Amino acid sequence: MKDKQTCLQTAVDKKAKKVNNPFVELIDRFYVLFDNKKVRYSVLAAALAVLLYLPMRTSMYFMEVMTNVWFHVVVCLGLNIIVGFAGLLSLGYAAFFAVGAYTTGILILHYGVSFWLTLPVSVLMAIIAGLAIGGPTLKLRSDYLAIVTLGFGEITRLAARNLDITGRATGLVGIERPTLFGMAMVKINHFYYAFLVLAVLAIFISYRLQDSRLGRAWKCIREDEDAAEAMGINVVAARLLAFIIGSVFGALAGSFMAIKMTAISPESFLFTQSVMILLAVVLGGMGKIPGVVLGALAVVVFPEVFRGIGKYRMLIFGAVLLVLMIYRPQGLWPERHT
Amino acid sequence: MSLQEIVIQQLFNGLLLGSFYGLVALGYSMVYGIIKLLNFAHADIYMVGGFCSLTILTFFGNTFIGNRWLGIVISMLITMIIVGLLGVIIERVAYKPLRNAPRLSLLITALGVSMILYNSVMVITSGEYRAYKTGLGYEGFSIGSVFVTHTQAILIVAAVALMFVLHLFITRTMYGKAMRAISMDLDCCRLMGVNVNKIIALTFFVGSMLAASAGMMAGVYYGSLHFFMGFVIGIKAFTSAVIGGIGVIPGAMLGGLLLGLLESFGTQIPFIGSEWKDVFSFSILILILIFKPTGLLGKKESERM
Repeated sequence: MKDKQTCLQTAVDKKAKKVNNPFVELIDRFYVLFDNKKVRYSVLAAALAVLLYLPMRTSMYFMEVMTNVWFHVVVCLGLNIIVGFAGLLSLGYAAFFAVGAYTTGILILHYGVSFWLTLPVSVLMAIIAGLAIGGPTLKLRSDYLAIVTLGFGEITRLAARNLDITGRATGLVGIERPTLFGMAMVKINHFYYAFLVLAVLAIFISYRLQDSRLGRAWKCIREDEDAAEAMGINVVAARLLAFIIGSVFGALAGSFMAIKMTAISPESFLFTQSVMILLAVVLGGMGKIPGVVLGALAVVVFPEVFRGIGKYRMLIFGAVLLVLMIYRPQGLWPERHT
Repeated sequence: MSLQEIVIQQLFNGLLLGSFYGLVALGYSMVYGIIKLLNFAHADIYMVGGFCSLTILTFFGNTFIGNRWLGIVISMLITMIIVGLLGVIIERVAYKPLRNAPRLSLLITALGVSMILYNSVMVITSGEYRAYKTGLGYEGFSIGSVFVTHTQAILIVAAVALMFVLHLFITRTMYGKAMRAISMDLDCCRLMGVNVNKIIALTFFVGSMLAASAGMMAGVYYGSLHFFMGFVIGIKAFTSAVIGGIGVIPGAMLGGLLLGLLESFGTQIPFIGSEWKDVFSFSILILILIFKPTGLLGKKESERM
């Protein structure tokens, strides 16, 4: 058995070597450079300054796209916790931001609650949703988990379509926008900053989680579940936490989306939406935070730049997914194993 | 309608629905049994089968030597072969290079294949519904006051016949034996001189064939096709496979019929209604996965990811 495995390993190594071309190596070297703390912080500071200054200069359209990028950064980092850190394939992630968006929408529209007060409720609902989906299913095999999350995603969408409180197929329309310190949030720039803050927070929390005891436990479970259990890690609890934290990210992003759009409908939470987010995470490299941010940027900007491709968009995404998995399964910006 | 008529009507609907589910579920179950892959693309193969048969049927002008039924049978056979080959190609291109990769990569690849298939069809059909005209007419017979067309009755018979042929293939032929052996232990089969790659390709061929026939039957039954029609039936067929015990061939058939019946009777429960039909079957899937993941006919398996 052991011989066979070493044999397999060398075969895999050989294959990996063959794939590495000079271009890929150059990119990899750049990534190594980025792992240096000084370089990383100076690059990040410069990037943040540019991003903060951006709204003063550019067009509405550009801001719209960038806001969408930050939204995707938050949800992708949320999914990254589930798929990348804990290694659980979830295909119903759109359900989590549906929970956030509908909670906020219903509370504002039907009960007149202030937006800022709906956020804690939204988080609470996300925790409940995470527990409801994660709790009973985490002991399942990973492909069963994938199909169960897919089923839950569809159930959430169909429930939103058929319930009166969620406005059935038309959804919720005319959600009032909030004020912040007496200033009404109406312009796109306000939302740009709001989502930027959310994204930066999400990145920060992701990094802290990655290096925490919990993050190391996730990594350990992902690599070898039995070994992790033998080391005294509570596998079920750790996975459940991954689900809950991931869903909280999604729900908060969804809440902010609800006030930005002022209208939400079940059609915003289709299966394809979940797949797009998964694609971003896989594209960037599961588990690597800068990679996921890059992936989020790619899935939003790519269709905007290539306007003409329109209907071919998802076709190309599917092909990208396939090629990536076969030739570079670790993603564009992979996690380095040291 | 009296209670008895409702029962007969729903029994019939359930059997018809269930035989579609069963045919698609067989493909899921066979592929899962043999390489432990949840083949997301399978549902789209069903959809491609529907469109492929429509194209061929239109090419023949709905008839073959002046006979409508012969036209349908011939185009079904051609469709099954074409789509079966498509399944083999997909396996070669997408799944074979990843035979030793982690299961997460394999699942994502399957998702990619599924996206490619349904988006290609979407681009070709511009996302519109296509009418499936067979010109078979609506003659039929009545059971009590429940009316059944000949087409519907023949569809059920055809589906059951296909399942029976598959059962014979799996239990009586050398290839079927090889498939069963591989699902027990792939590495051991390789050592025993079984051409594993060939058998896996054959499994994909047979599974895709059955899905394609189901796609065609659905087209004939519903009278229209849509590029996204595989999605919901995919989940339901997977549910059927799980109900019966995934990897167990008779289980997939049983599960399909059971789910079809459950669903058609489920819509009669006052609070469920047809708009909650999908929620109902997804909930069954989740409940079964939680409480009895091995299914009705499945064996206890202590395998871990």
